[in-house]
Amino acid sequence: MSKTNAAGKTRRQIYEDRLRRRSMLIAGGSTLAVLLSVLILVPLAPGWDRVKASFFNWEVFAKTFPKLLEAFKLDVAIFLWSAPAIVILGLLVALARDTRNPALFPLRILGAAYTDIFRGVPVVLTVYLIGFGIPGLGLPRPWNSPYIWGSLALILTYSAYVAEIFRSGIESVHKSQRAAAQSLGLSDADNMRFVILPQAIRRVIPAQMNMFIALQKDVALLSFIGPVEIFRQAGVYKSLLANFTPYVGAAVIFLAVTIPATRYADYLMAKQNRDRS
Amino acid sequence: MAKIILKGVEKRFGDNTVCDGIDLAVEEGQMVCLIGASGAGKSTLLRCINLLETIEDGEILLDGEDISLPGLNPQPVRRRIGMVFQSYNLFPHMTAAENVMLAPRRVYKKSRAALRPEITELFKRFGLADRMDHYPDQLSGGQQQRVAIVRALAMKPEVMLFDEITSALDPQLVGEVLDVLRLLKDSGMTMVLATHEMGFAREAADKVCFLKDGKVVEEGAPSALFDAPQHPDTQAFLARALK
Repeated sequence: MSKTNAAGKTRRQIYEDRLRRRSMLIAGGSTLAVLLSVLILVPLAPGWDRVKASFFNWEVFAKTFPKLLEAFKLDVAIFLWSAPAIVILGLLVALARDTRNPALFPLRILGAAYTDIFRGVPVVLTVYLIGFGIPGLGLPRPWNSPYIWGSLALILTYSAYVAEIFRSGIESVHKSQRAAAQSLGLSDADNMRFVILPQAIRRVIPAQMNMFIALQKDVALLSFIGPVEIFRQAGVYKSLLANFTPYVGAAVIFLAVTIPATRYADYLMAKQNRDRS
Repeated sequence: MAKIILKGVEKRFGDNTVCDGIDLAVEEGQMVCLIGASGAGKSTLLRCINLLETIEDGEILLDGEDISLPGLNPQPVRRRIGMVFQSYNLFPHMTAAENVMLAPRRVYKKSRAALRPEITELFKRFGLADRMDHYPDQLSGGQQQRVAIVRALAMKPEVMLFDEITSALDPQLVGEVLDVLRLLKDSGMTMVLATHEMGFAREAADKVCFLKDGKVVEEGAPSALFDAPQHPDTQAFLARALK
């Protein structure tokens, strides 16, 4: 029998209620203190008025925001046609790197070299080299379009990362699964396709989502080779209006997409950890 | 001729000799139980018979045909030899029925519709009729292990290998899996078991082999081996195991 007080609570519950009230009080107090000091101290900085005028100008914001949103459609479009190509190429490279067939040995070496190179070079450099380099060959229209070669640069870079994540997923499937499929007389290809890959892909979905959130942001790098996407559009307004607020507007638009996506990826990750334990 | 004949089978992992010249014959329709301490080489021997491991030396004959020939394609052989593992190894992303149908679909090119009646029959026979569309994590250990047995049987193997299939089960679930083995034996299946279930081996096996350090120390009918073990190692092992 447990001892309870008038409210019907055990002494453990009373103790935990007190702890909870105390930690909420402390958390609320410290948050308030930080907020207040930012609100008071930042405006006290000598350059605050200038920064406020050039980064947080409401008029400029309201005027440029719709056009920025319009330009962001191009970022989304580039993302949408690059992402499926990245999934396919990444999966192919992952499979090529795992192959044990001696005839495919060159593919294995190539896969390893590919992932090493494209993970080792800054994305912006790849965008420059491919985006300027290949059209420089004097290709006829439309094959000199920066959209094509800029997208290719992103596809090549991100496929290298995505391939490595797929590979880690494939290796995380316990070898007893492979053995069970083998003992049934399944071919190696069927084993991979029906037993290993479905489990591997499911496991790496949260990690891959984080890669695609990064991809959405890196689309802005294509602005360096021509396409007027949101970052470049913001730059145009900055020059035109001599004001940095359009960059803040662009940041707001990116955040509106990436924060929900990041939260969702975290949710999937947490769910997966729960399911496995 | 015996269904399976092992002649001087040797298996090494690096410097560690796991099977050290094993000779064994399994007659058609026989149930042979391999007993011995963990690490004696029982599981590895089963994996060698199913070609999941390659052997360094010796021969493994199935119906007189050398299946341990280096370079032999293992897939057609594995279809003739079913295997069930200690940890079930069901595919977690498929329902019980999909687990069972995968190999017949891919290997024998049968459609789901064509397989469904015979699969349903198998599930019914092993008391799993209402579990066909459950995922492995919705089943108890004993049910999962019975599904694993059904999965192997669906390939219509000539021989079944069982690798300590009750060792991961709660004691009250062991019985239902052993019942399945009795059922299989009665239907004439040739079976080789690695097992720690001494009572079951004594009651159901046609032949029992005691393994130690990768060697067959003693083999014989269960009554002879359990009641009058000849070798001191067998006596010592049984004294501990039957206590």
